[in-house]
Order: sequence, then structure tokens, then C-alpha cells
Amino acid sequence: MYNLPREVILTTADQQRTPASDPSTSGATASAEARSSVDTGESPSKNLERIARTLRRHIISMTATAGSGHPGGSLSAVEIITCLFFQVLRCRASDPEWVERDRFILSKGHAAPLLYAALAETGYLPVGELCTLREMNSRLQGHPDKTCTPGVEMTCGSLGQGLSFGIGVALAARLNSLDYRVYVLLGDGECDEGQVWEATMSAAHFRIDNLVAIIDHNKLQIDGWNREVMNLEPFPDKWHAFGWHVVEVNGHDILQLLAAFGEAKQMKGRPTAIIAHTIKGKGVSFMENNVDFHGKAPTPEEADRALKELA
Amino acid sequence: MKELSSTREAYGKTLLALGRENPDIVVLDADLSKSTMTQFFAKGFPQRFFDCGIAEQNMVGIAAGLASSGKIAFASTFAVFATARCYDQLRMCVAQPHLNVKVVATHGGITVGEDGLSHQSIEDLALSCALPGFAVIVPADAVETTQVIRAAAATPGPFYVRLGRPKVPRVLSHDYRFVLGKAATLRQGFDATIVAIGIMVSRALEAAESLSQQGIDCRVLNMSTVKPLDVEAIVQAAADTGAVVTAEEHLEHGGLGARVAQVVARHQAVPMAFVALKDAFASSGTSEELLQRYGLTSAEIEKAVMSAVSRKKR
Ligand SMILES: Cc1ncc(C[n+]2csc(CCOP(=O)(O)OP(=O)(O)O)c2C)c(N)n1
Ligand SMILES: [Mg+2]
Repeated sequence: MYNLPREVILTTADQQRTPASDPSTSGATASAEARSSVDTGESPSKNLERIARTLRRHIISMTATAGSGHPGGSLSAVEIITCLFFQVLRCRASDPEWVERDRFILSKGHAAPLLYAALAETGYLPVGELCTLREMNSRLQGHPDKTCTPGVEMTCGSLGQGLSFGIGVALAARLNSLDYRVYVLLGDGECDEGQVWEATMSAAHFRIDNLVAIIDHNKLQIDGWNREVMNLEPFPDKWHAFGWHVVEVNGHDILQLLAAFGEAKQMKGRPTAIIAHTIKGKGVSFMENNVDFHGKAPTPEEADRALKELA
Repeated sequence: MKELSSTREAYGKTLLALGRENPDIVVLDADLSKSTMTQFFAKGFPQRFFDCGIAEQNMVGIAAGLASSGKIAFASTFAVFATARCYDQLRMCVAQPHLNVKVVATHGGITVGEDGLSHQSIEDLALSCALPGFAVIVPADAVETTQVIRAAAATPGPFYVRLGRPKVPRVLSHDYRFVLGKAATLRQGFDATIVAIGIMVSRALEAAESLSQQGIDCRVLNMSTVKPLDVEAIVQAAADTGAVVTAEEHLEHGGLGARVAQVVARHQAVPMAFVALKDAFASSGTSEELLQRYGLTSAEIEKAVMSAVSRKKR
């Protein structure tokens, strides 16, 4: 098994952390890295891009160390998750169960490495724990487990179920007179599941407007391209026909993503679908658009090459 | 003729009462609210009722989401759709995170009748019992149903409650008190024990009455909580009576009989016999015709008792 040297696993966020400002206890909503941009005067989107690169490095290190996992669909959603966890979500790492928090549900549960990396960089988990991915007794199970990982809203991994759960959570906000918002990340292949469309129909029927579905539209699933395995097109039209407000963005463009999340907040009376056009394996040349890296970890040599590209 | 009562109606009325008492009760249905009787709650509390249409998988997911956010979510449809149709959703969204979802299914068993095999649920107990952390309950009559629904609402965690379509004879008195995980001894006896659930409880009592005239005194246990089983009551009954018969409107494999046999084999091995459905789907017919055809009768229970008793070691 491949074990990465510690300095690869630890990030700048770790190194900058002093005991007093440890985000895991300070109730921070962004990592030390994110907050440091205020001091450096870096533009917010530049800062988010830097965080995105950090998350990508984690994904490579984690899956390589574990020797298994899903790098492709984790890498494609990095900017989406970065925008959510470092800008959009109202949440407190020090109080993962805070009732007023915005909820993020990872319906495409195989992108767990990305979720864990974001949870670590926002202080829900120690960054040093990331290297335990998929180990026995680790809190970082192969797919997200609500019962063992702080910040994980739902047990996922069987595709097609997260949106329904998100609808229940969104309806509860209405009943409890709370104004939190619910974000669900789905894969495009995941949308083959009939339950996704049951959920889509019902979210519009219940006039839920505190719900956003983000579809990581990387055009790939396991057996190949969406259009070869099961054609989704006309994909945006389908969401529209089911009563959703639809926004299409370049899913690697931070500013476009942030604008879409802002637009979703303004929508009244119906849910918003953000169809994020992405590249599976984004950021690592030999993984991009390469279906082989859907569920295969990089070898040690591949991990070294990937980390060099992401330096 | 004994007084008949509807377990579904008892469920509907209890939900309505619970709705008044507890604002956190929410109810979901899948286009069967007129049959499951969630319609009473729907009329009383439209803001807290969600008809999900004919989409059981989505319904279970939404119920889980509500439950994860502090609600007590009752989700109802027919038993066959409430288990087999959405099993993975129950597994992932309800059982694993151990959420406060109460699946109350009506039209369990073959007494659904004329609609036939697509609507008859013969494996729902095997399925629900195989969900880690679920409590599985089959009330015997309307009196018990009311108490079971209240217990489910008051006890955190996932429940599967199976009700039937037809009205059933009342077998429990008004002072009966349902206790989760405890069997009720409805008749005392020391020659054999009949462990029964649901509609088979009244048949077990009939069989016991008839057998007593032949000099065989049966203990009758209402094992309404199928999971977690009342191990103590089973072991005691096996030790006291030396023969155990189970009776259920469910497949022989994976239901009450199989679960009781496991306890008996482990703690107090005695001869057993099983009154249940064999490994096959049933057909259309009236409830009574079907119960006769598939051997879910007091006469079959009597035969089973005789068989188990005859195999006792002398
Ligand atoms: C219900 C279910 N069926 C099959 C799988 C196995 N599986 C895991 S990922 C995947 C492909 C997912 O494709 P997509 O949703 O496009 O994800 P992404 O491309 O973002 O990785 C499949 C079939 C599963 N996890 N759940
Ligand atoms: Mg895909």
C-alpha cells in the first residue's frame, strides 16, 4: 500500500493553524486558508481557486493512500463544493448540528473524498485524519455515513436517493419556521434513477424554494458517456419541464457558480437546478475525461505526477 | 359472532388524535390515503400531510428528511409497496441512520383478497425484520393498533407496523396494555404453546378452545412485537409446555415462525410446528376462501399442535 509522506497530506491550512484559531473549535465558517485571504488582499475568487487546488491535492493523496476510491467524480465537483463550503453555506464547524445551518447533501456519495476534504478544510475534521479514508475504524467510510462523520448530513452511496431526503429536510424548514437552505449534489449518471424524477416532480409540486439541486454534469458515468449508456438529453429541458428553475454554468468557473447560487436564492415558489458542466477528473491531465479513473485510485507514480500538476 | 373492528380505521383515528397532541407529527402517503386512512389526518392537518403520489421510494426519502429535522414521520401505503418497492430507501435512508420514521403499512398478508398477488404482501415481515434497528409490529385488533401507534410515536427510531385490509374480530379487552417487545399471554396452558400474530391470534384462540375439549391445554401468546422478540416469554413457554406452534399470515421463511424457532433452538429446544404460507404466491379470492385454501385456519393450527405434541419426548 502507498503511504504519502506527511507533508503531502498536511496543507497550508494546517500549518497556519495556531491553537487559538483552530477552526475545529472556533466555529469558523471557512478555513484558515480562506480567512487568510483577507490579510493578503487576494480576490475572493482567486482565494477559492486556491482552496480548490488544495481539495484536489487531498483527493489525490487520499485515494492514493487508500488504494481505492473515486477520484474522477470527486475532481469534477471541486469548484462546486468549494463555493458551497467556503462561501455559500451558512454553517458552523464547531456545531455541526446547529438547527439553523444550511444543509449540504452529497447524493453522489462516491465523491466522499471531496466531501471529507472540504469538511477537513472547514474545520469539521482534522486535516490529518484524511489519510485514514476507507480504513477500518476510520470515521471516513468509503461512502458518507451520517452516523459517524461530523458534517455529513446523510448516509449516501446508493445513487438516486439524496434529492428525496433533501426535500424532506427542506419541508421541515417550512414547518419549523426556519430559513435554512438545502443543497443536494447529484451526478449526471445518477439521473438515470427513476427516484430522481419522482423527487424532481414532487419538489416542484410542493413549491419548495429553499432547495437547490446541483448536477455535476461531467457527461461520464461508469460504462462510458451518458449519451452511450443512457441518453439524458434534452437534460436542462427535462428539469425545466418538471417545474424547476434551471441555470446552466461552467462548473469550474467560481464566479459563474457563485452567481448561480445567488440567483437560486432569489427564486420564489420553485426549486432551482444548477446544471454544472464539468470535466470528470478535472485538474489532472491524464484523468480528465478518462472514465477509467471513475473508481480507480491513482498508483503512487500517478499520484506523484498528479500532485506535481496540482502544485 | 365476535365484534369486528378495523385496524386501519383505528390507525387513522389515532393519527388524527396524535396530530392534535403533537405538532411534530407529520404524515406521508402515496395516493392511498383513503385506504390507509391517513385521510383523517390529511383533512385535519393539511400543512403536515404530504401526498407523494405513486412514488413510494421518494416518499420514504422525504419521510427520512423530515425525521432528520425533528419530525415524527408516519409513512403509509400498502404493505407490499411499503417494503419491497422501496427496500433500499428504507435501508439507506431510515434503518442505517436510525431515523424516526414509522412505516405503517395496511393491506398486509393475503387477506387483501380479490386484488390478488400483486397486492398481497407475503414477505413484508421477512424484509422489515432484516432492517437493522427496526421495530416490527403486527397488532391483533383495533384496540391493540391504537396503542401500538401511540407507542411508535412515543419511541424514537424506525418502526414497521403491519395492518390488514379486512375487519378483524376483537381479541383484546379494553384493559389490555401493549408493551413494546412483550408478548401477551391470552390463554394459560401447559401442554403446548401457540405463538400467533395479527389475524391468526383469534384463530389460535379458537384452536386452543377446541383442543381443550380434547384434553390439550394450550398457552396462547400474542407476539405482536415480532422484532425485538420477547425471548423470555418464548423460552418460558417452551420450558413450561414442551411444544411450540407459530401461526402467521406470512411466508414460512423469514417470518414469525423462523424467528421463534431460532430462539427455541438456541435456548430451549422442543418440537415445533409452523402454520404459515408455503413458498408460493397466492391467488385472488375472498379473504375467507384464501385463508382456507392456504391453510391459515384454526383447524390447521390444531393439527400443528397435535403434530408438535406427538413429537414430545416422553
Ligand atoms: C443505485 C446504485 N447503482 C449503482 C451504483 C454504482 N455506481 C457508483 S458510481 C456510478 C456511476 C455514477 O455516475 P455519475 O452519477 O455520473 O457520477 P460521476 O460521474 O459524477 O462520478 C455507479 C453506477 C450505485 N452506487 N448506486
Ligand atoms: Mg457523471
